[in-house]
Amino acid sequence: METVLKTIKLNKSFYEPEEFRVLKDVSFEIEKGEFVSIVGKSGCGKSTLLYLISTLDTDYTGEIFINQKKVTGLSQNELARFRNEHIGFVFQFHFLLPEFTALQNVMIPSQKLGKYSKSESEDRAYEKLKWLDMQNFASKLSSKLSGGQQQRVAIARALINDPTIIMGDEPTGNLDSTNSEIVFDILKDLARTKGQTIITVTHDPEFAQKTDRIIEMKDGEIVKG
Amino acid sequence: MLSVNFEIAKTHLLAKPKQTLIAMLGVTFGIGMYILMISFMQGFNEFLQDTLLSSTPDVRLYNDIKTDFTHSILDEISDTSKVLNVVHHPKPKDITPNIKSSALIIGDLKKDDRVIAVSPILSTQVFYVSGPVQINGTLSGVNILEESQLTGLNSKMKTGKIENLLTIDNGILMGHGLANKLNVRVGDIVTLATPTGNSMRFRIVGTFQFGVGSLDNIKCYVNLSKVQQLLGKDNQYVTDIGIKLKDYDLATDISKEFAGRYGYKADDWKTTNASAMVSILIRNVMTFVVSFTLLVVAGFGIYNIMSMTIQNKLKDIAILKAQGFSSSDVRQIFLTQSVTIGVFGALTGLLLGFIMSSGVYNLPFPKNDFISITHFPVVFHTKHYLFGMGFGVITTFIAGLMPSIKAGKIDPVAILRG
Repeated sequence: METVLKTIKLNKSFYEPEEFRVLKDVSFEIEKGEFVSIVGKSGCGKSTLLYLISTLDTDYTGEIFINQKKVTGLSQNELARFRNEHIGFVFQFHFLLPEFTALQNVMIPSQKLGKYSKSESEDRAYEKLKWLDMQNFASKLSSKLSGGQQQRVAIARALINDPTIIMGDEPTGNLDSTNSEIVFDILKDLARTKGQTIITVTHDPEFAQKTDRIIEMKDGEIVKG
Repeated sequence: MLSVNFEIAKTHLLAKPKQTLIAMLGVTFGIGMYILMISFMQGFNEFLQDTLLSSTPDVRLYNDIKTDFTHSILDEISDTSKVLNVVHHPKPKDITPNIKSSALIIGDLKKDDRVIAVSPILSTQVFYVSGPVQINGTLSGVNILEESQLTGLNSKMKTGKIENLLTIDNGILMGHGLANKLNVRVGDIVTLATPTGNSMRFRIVGTFQFGVGSLDNIKCYVNLSKVQQLLGKDNQYVTDIGIKLKDYDLATDISKEFAGRYGYKADDWKTTNASAMVSILIRNVMTFVVSFTLLVVAGFGIYNIMSMTIQNKLKDIAILKAQGFSSSDVRQIFLTQSVTIGVFGALTGLLLGFIMSSGVYNLPFPKNDFISITHFPVVFHTKHYLFGMGFGVITTFIAGLMPSIKAGKIDPVAILRG
């Protein structure tokens, strides 16, 4: 199997309000196509870890490799470019741009990448929405969609550039059980049928149980997985 | 194809049309008022320059007679370190105020290639008499064609032509205001009396109007030889030499040179019209101060609105950054909004300024004796509009820059984690 994510001895400390070592020598590897959930009590450092491996947070020691490429030490601009191409995000609070339609929201990362023309981007975005059964809402303003619908659009957006990894921060945390199930099934299907690597942080044990692999964290260390 | 940053900026602007419009109106009024003020002030300045300044020569050479008793001819022949010369009750000699060897000076000036025209002038105080009415004024004896080159009298004629002076014996060109006071018109006869008691009759062949009361109400032109005749002087006798230069901005330096070369006093047009020049300067400074203030206020408005917008869009900025938009992309998105507001605000401001200026241009000017204009003087200069545009865009750019830089620096992790 191909390794898509590898971390070597990640350490991070917070200094406000007082010094606190939130991650202690965290090393792990994730294979291509794995559906991984990171679990643990709040404050155990799981979200911090997610933001480190998603390259948004660069204030740490240790090394991170994504797709065999070392991302530690890249400039902010290089990281932005890298995220655009290799990482898709799904957050707890859907975080769509409210002034834009569902389709535009999905298109924006693709337009930023600049690999496809505008009409190609539009076609691809529409395809992703269709795959998520959201094609009827494509031209609706995202602020007019329900929570579950917004999260599905967010998943379509995460998929648009065919990223190496999809990162989810409590992707079902803000949804009712029906919508939670729908979103989980979508993610599961992605990993199964498309070989998409997915890493999510969750404190929903039910959700975690159904994933391929569980990484359990406690006090800044991986205790299981 | 529009870049995605530009599209996002556009969507943001259109999503809140009211807020965008208000930000724009700030710039619109700022630029509009700037255009109105500069057009009007500049119009008034140009009008003044056109009337007051064009009626005075660029350089005027004349015999400045002083009764100066500080030096005595005795000082030249005695050793003043040992002897103190005291003259009791000095009395000035009666000297003629003319320019000696004027023909030579004029000939010399005409050879100078910085000079366009030279006009010998003989000015004197006279009484204009028409029946029972007697009015004090000044009479200038000139070679009318040369004088016209200096003052543009040609274009200031209300009735008649300047050439009439050459064809009609004893012709006189009279100020329009003066003609009204004397109740005379072209073809009528007036009698001119000098302080020394001579008098002569002239026939009015034309009236002129400079638009300045101090000239139109007191001044007349006749041929140089007629004034010489009236005063009983020879045909070399002139009191002033008016000089028109190719570049009137050099008048100050050239007047000093001429004064030194010919030994007579030489005033440039700036000295002659010092008070007018000061008022022009004050108006210019005032215009710029007020316009600048207006635009700075508009700039603060934009700064406020952009800061608020960015505060409301922290989440959006975080999500854009997570998706691969760099700090400079975010900066560009918000700066584009600010500059777009600036460009459209400035454009509508120029239009508003133009409409208001046109309105003022069509207002009738209150009638008065000193300035003869029928409507407010307003100019429409392209450079004012270009400057307004540039200033509007630059102000909004600077106003948008600080909030945009702040937006670029936002740490997405802090926002996304809540």
